[in-house]
Amino acid sequence: MGEEFSLEHRFQAYIDAENKIEPKDWMPENYRKTIVRQMSQHAHSEVVGMLPEANWITRAPSLRSKLILLAKVQDEGGHGLYLYSAAETLGVSREQMIDDLLQGKAKYSSIFNYPTLNWADMGAIGWLVDGAAIANQVMLCRTSYGPYARAMVRICKEESFHQRQGYEIMMHMAAGTPEQKAMAQDALNRWWWPALMMFGPADAASPNTAQSMAWKIKRKTNDELRQEFVDKTVPQATFIGLTVPDSHLKWNEVTGHYDFGPIDWEEFTQVVKGNGPCNKERLAARNKAHQEGQWVRDAATAFAKKQQARAAAPVSATNPSAA
Amino acid sequence: MKLDTCDLAAYATMRADDVLILGQRLSAWCGHGPVLEQDIALTNIALDLIGQARAYYQLAAHGSSDGQTEDTLAYLRDAHEFKNHLLVELPNGHWGDTLMRQFLFDTYNFYLLEALTKSSAPELSGLAAKAIKEVSYHAQYSAEWVIRLGDGTEESHSRMQSALDILWPYTDELFEDTSLDVAVHALQVGPLPSALRADWLAKVSEVLQMATLTVPSLDGYHQRGGLHGKHTEHLGILLAEMQFLPRAYPTAQW
Ligand SMILES: [Fe+2]
Ligand SMILES: [Fe+2]
Repeated sequence: MGEEFSLEHRFQAYIDAENKIEPKDWMPENYRKTIVRQMSQHAHSEVVGMLPEANWITRAPSLRSKLILLAKVQDEGGHGLYLYSAAETLGVSREQMIDDLLQGKAKYSSIFNYPTLNWADMGAIGWLVDGAAIANQVMLCRTSYGPYARAMVRICKEESFHQRQGYEIMMHMAAGTPEQKAMAQDALNRWWWPALMMFGPADAASPNTAQSMAWKIKRKTNDELRQEFVDKTVPQATFIGLTVPDSHLKWNEVTGHYDFGPIDWEEFTQVVKGNGPCNKERLAARNKAHQEGQWVRDAATAFAKKQQARAAAPVSATNPSAA
Repeated sequence: MKLDTCDLAAYATMRADDVLILGQRLSAWCGHGPVLEQDIALTNIALDLIGQARAYYQLAAHGSSDGQTEDTLAYLRDAHEFKNHLLVELPNGHWGDTLMRQFLFDTYNFYLLEALTKSSAPELSGLAAKAIKEVSYHAQYSAEWVIRLGDGTEESHSRMQSALDILWPYTDELFEDTSLDVAVHALQVGPLPSALRADWLAKVSEVLQMATLTVPSLDGYHQRGGLHGKHTEHLGILLAEMQFLPRAYPTAQW
């Protein structure tokens, strides 16, 4: 008991001194679990997050926009890869994590359970969803688990690029024909509240926040991050002539922040529970890709084994003519 | 004698159509690949091909008197105006079908670009010099997959053999000399496609042998028509999807 207690103490002191925890370091079991859960959820979000935008790749309205979108969705796949690798440093395999996702046991960001209904959604996702992700990820660049923090530094650069590209699409659509402007406003209307929910429950309803803050996994609370996002994004909407769909939204001179209306936490809970508009489709799409890829992965494994056997066997045995 | 701008534009458009349609097909895999690394790798190929299509279309649009752009060429022509080979418009099927189609096309595209790097038209030779670097990687990637799946499991072997058997009748068209090819060849702007066949067949046969697959007979009946705007039923659907936004909102800029 005493030894465990002092290990935990030293662990906390090490973190308090702003050191990074590395895979081989001792860590409390709960810290390990929290990090693995968070990284795998994050990885799953990147991969499931490819789906709503992939929905428009074949319909992108210009060759340039098709290339930008394709590269963006591909980047998200790359983020998934870095994050699965970072999570693997704590001894959990990518297969295991993906299995949990496919069986519906693991979570991913609920935002990807909303549908993409018009082209401006490609703008709204980049601007708002990548934007909200960045707010969280900039903080995670300083998270206490080393491999996670390093993966985030790399990912953040690409996310801010995505955010700019998304905003550009929105700006362009908002300045386009009346139909285009209507698409942009419709996209903002549909994505605004789900984007605010991306920061998670209000602090008062978020019992794990305190421990995560103490361990410096998180450095800001959900509500702090959400407020920063609102403060940054509202003027961007105004600048391009779009209206944020919140009648309570008002600049507060005293606090120096925007006040905003109540979030529909019932909707949030329902989507987390699997009842969002696209939960079933998203999981079904991941399962379909996985199942249809099974024979491909099996063949690749079988071929690699044959290659190894051939390399190990004497040349004359496999290729008589080579002698 | 000099090649008329109009012929050069038509030739560049024909080259563009192949890589655009194939790139569009591949782009549908993004997010749905059998494993993340391969999803990313195939998307890279889609990006390269659509990038090449843009370069060809820009070349075609350059100096056009009727205000064509890369996007009007891609988005505002109907199926009969597309001059791609039928092979590239065929549906993706499973991963093995896609990679077999890719391998058959990449190998052709490699020899085509190799010839185009020697084009007397500097716009084309420059474009080809850049594209061939990408395509030699594509050809290597798709050949590796054909070998891996052909020589993988019993199931993968039989899937690859049937993919090959189904796609094979569409390969002869790759070597058809249209009147435009003949005109272009006369001015050393581009090769006669028929002249690429021997290299293609040698390379394809070598890889298929390594993949333990049987090369189908050459004298079966072949499918043609794409180069003359007579396509399969698949192209119309592909275009309907791809062209939807610019067609539905003709006054919008994207
Ligand atoms: Fe990402
Ligand atoms: Fe992103």
